[in-house]
Amino acid sequence: MNPTLLRAVSSRLFWPIVMLVILVAINVVAFPDFLSITVTDGHLFGSVIDILRNGAPTFIIAIGMTLVIATRGIDLSVGAVAAISGAVACSILLGSPDPGAVGTVIVAVAAALVTSLVLGLWNGFLVSVIGIQPIIATLVLMTAGRGVAMLITEGQILTVDSAPFKSLGSGFLLGMPVAVVIGAAIFVVAALLTRRTALGMLIESVGINPEASRQAGVRARVLLFAVYTFCALSAGIAGLILTANQTAADSNNTGLFIELDAILAVVIGGTSLAGGRYSLAGTLVGALVIQTLVTTVYTVGIPPIVTMVFKAAVVTAVCLLQSPATSAAVGRLRYRISARTSRVKEAAAS
Amino acid sequence: MTDTREVREHFPADGATPVVEMTGISILFPGVKALDDVSFRLFPGEVHSLMGENGAGKSTLIKALTGVYPIDSGTIVVDGQPVSFTGPAAAQAAGISTVYQEVNLLPNLSVAENILLGREPRRFGGIDGRAMRRRAAELLEGLNLDIDPGSLLGSHSLAIQQLVAIARAINVDSKVLILDEPTSSLDADEVAELFRVIRSLRDSGVAILFVSHFLDQIYEITNRLTVLRNGRLVGEYLTTELLRIDLVQKMIGKELTTLDEIGERAHADAVTADRPADYARAEGLGRKGAIEPFDLVIGEGEVIGLAGLLGSGRTELARILGGIDRADSGQLDIAGARTRLRSPRQAISRRIAYSSENRRSEGIIDDLTVRENIVLALQADRGWFRPIPKKRREELAQSYIQTLNIRPANPDALVRNLSGGNQQKVLLARWLAIAPRLLILDEPTRGIDIGAKAEIQKLVYTLAENGMSVVFISAELEEVLRLSHRVVVLRDRRLVADLENDGLTVDALLALIADGSVDDEAPLAPLGESS
Ligand SMILES: Nc1ncnc2c1ncn2[C@@H]1O[C@H](COP(=O)(O)OP(=O)(O)OP(=O)(O)O)[C@@H](O)[C@H]1O
Ligand SMILES: [Mg+2]
Repeated sequence: MNPTLLRAVSSRLFWPIVMLVILVAINVVAFPDFLSITVTDGHLFGSVIDILRNGAPTFIIAIGMTLVIATRGIDLSVGAVAAISGAVACSILLGSPDPGAVGTVIVAVAAALVTSLVLGLWNGFLVSVIGIQPIIATLVLMTAGRGVAMLITEGQILTVDSAPFKSLGSGFLLGMPVAVVIGAAIFVVAALLTRRTALGMLIESVGINPEASRQAGVRARVLLFAVYTFCALSAGIAGLILTANQTAADSNNTGLFIELDAILAVVIGGTSLAGGRYSLAGTLVGALVIQTLVTTVYTVGIPPIVTMVFKAAVVTAVCLLQSPATSAAVGRLRYRISARTSRVKEAAAS
Repeated sequence: MTDTREVREHFPADGATPVVEMTGISILFPGVKALDDVSFRLFPGEVHSLMGENGAGKSTLIKALTGVYPIDSGTIVVDGQPVSFTGPAAAQAAGISTVYQEVNLLPNLSVAENILLGREPRRFGGIDGRAMRRRAAELLEGLNLDIDPGSLLGSHSLAIQQLVAIARAINVDSKVLILDEPTSSLDADEVAELFRVIRSLRDSGVAILFVSHFLDQIYEITNRLTVLRNGRLVGEYLTTELLRIDLVQKMIGKELTTLDEIGERAHADAVTADRPADYARAEGLGRKGAIEPFDLVIGEGEVIGLAGLLGSGRTELARILGGIDRADSGQLDIAGARTRLRSPRQAISRRIAYSSENRRSEGIIDDLTVRENIVLALQADRGWFRPIPKKRREELAQSYIQTLNIRPANPDALVRNLSGGNQQKVLLARWLAIAPRLLILDEPTRGIDIGAKAEIQKLVYTLAENGMSVVFISAELEEVLRLSHRVVVLRDRRLVADLENDGLTVDALLALIADGSVDDEAPLAPLGESS
């Protein structure tokens, strides 16, 4: 192996990308026109576009989850927050005389997002002020949240008929599905916000060593509030997309188990659950792997019940490949080779 | 001190075979050749020291021996058998017991559990708790350490944790005992106890490898030395046959002169200078269970040394001044203004920096780079939305890497991959980067080699001359006396004396620290004003 290839192999994104390529290859073999994209009415269509659109909610939540996990935390309540967000939007739409008006939809969406924000502040409060362990703190809202959504919808599945709202889930913008555009926008915002400012470094610092960070003057409390709020906000947005897609708010099923997929996407993307260094690009790849996997299971004709088993297999494989033992082995190989090349260079020089 | 005389007859004894023989060892890390063709021998019944600057490769050589790092070339022979350990446990099983530089114990377990982990005494198939505590108490007594074996390890100071790690290592019957900077945070008394144990193990034929940056200790306890420089072997010497200046010269490759100059200057200052303007004034400042209320005045540009035994309250006092722990009584004026420090953050915004003695758990962020670690406090103070411009970050990192001689000189290196001494320098750089008005240094030179130590002392001194106030804690009294204008003595969590450093000697200070020739009840002289 040559050194460039070796460097690529030891990069955190290497194995997730390999996995993605393998999945795509399987699909291409099964369906030769898997990669083909057609343009109808100026809108893009094709399997790849479907994957992007269907994966968008998970991806959006996974972005928020990445930042939470980077601080050594976790947010189990995202699915419930998504359900609440959808319930709030739908109940406002249904309660208004003109659900199809753009103004009404804006109000409904804004209310849903404000609600999500408040829920995020609640999580942030439990974790940073009260000091409850994140897994427990967010479990509170995970279990209570769907009850809250039920209260809002009065136990009903609220079906709405509102074209502007529906377009959040199935509309197109600039040729791409709206959900994909929203996902891309949130990704860019999160990346700029954390990497162009010092936010990313401070988040990582708190995640790696909270006490040392405190002594260095890092405001852990504010950072925790910020990441949990951002995560809940992204969950709220994902909830709107999911609800718009079904044109119905279903308190029991909207965003069910989506927290698990989001966490998986983060982990596959190489961000450690122990906190610290995170990679938003990795999370993107992770989310794509998960969604492509789900699609593959369908298209190849494996019964959907087995999907979970396949997910488990992929996660296990990626985690094994990213494990310290594997990277140590790769690293050792790397020393050997760089030693050999430098010896050759020395010999050549003399 | 008597032992060095017999060295000649001892080593290398005719026909003696080394218990450990490493030949031609090389280890490469990405971008760093940590060891390059190094050979090393260790004989039964000797105390052998590995010497070298920070980053010379001492810890790496030890880890090569115990299998923590795989070697890229070379051979390791233990007891005549070629070996290649798969890790510390395998080395331990083969009779090589090691205390690594970074104490690796479990803070959430008790002292006794830490000492006997994996070797718990058993009874009826379960762990025999009582026998365990008894055994642990015996071992601690062997080191003359009076702590409750049932207490949580994490509740003890770093020095005690270090001693517990040593107790754990000597619990097993081993032929080789390796101690990587075991004395870096110990006071003279604890060092004496440790040396007593080392001597008795040595006399019973154990081979001991002892790493330390304290030359006094090296000359007191070791028989032979192996010197490394930049990952290469410089040579193997009998301690008695190598003068100190020659040793230093071999370690750093040039001569060292700076240390004594500082002492003379500091001393001259204390005698002639007028009392500087107050920077900080504490009255009755204290915290229950940590430190009794104390009065302390810190002048601008003044260097104050804190002296005291382990647990005397030095660190506790420093932490209150640095805003790490909150005071629950008394008041503090900073630059004339009444101030309450509720968090390190508030202290930092007033340009007060506290550098913890515990660099690993309270100092460095090991998965961030050298550059990120250096700018961290400055950045946190500016706020996340005002990132330090890239160019400025680069300048800061480069300038401190140079000033403090941080190696490897790579701002992108992860701090976890630096040698212990270099990590300490990174931490220091972080605090210097905020341009502090008051710099509180708790054991800042722990694990730092003598060349760098002189440089750091010089730097601190220069900064003090330019108006920065310094509070300085060191287990090394010579260092305290060399740098300080005033020395504050603590005992049993009380401030018991506040003295001008005017003709103070180590012995006088020791007497004060130990038995209190200053009457506890007597009111203290008003600070500074008497002279
Ligand atoms: N895991 C690692 N990855 C990369 N480089 C490493 C690693 N461990 C050590 N090094 C490098 O190897 C060199 C030798 O380090 P080592 O810890 O052996 O020094 P040392 O002599 O023990 O110094 P100190 O006196 O500061 O403890 C240093 O340049 C260090 O940066
Ligand atoms: Mg070392």
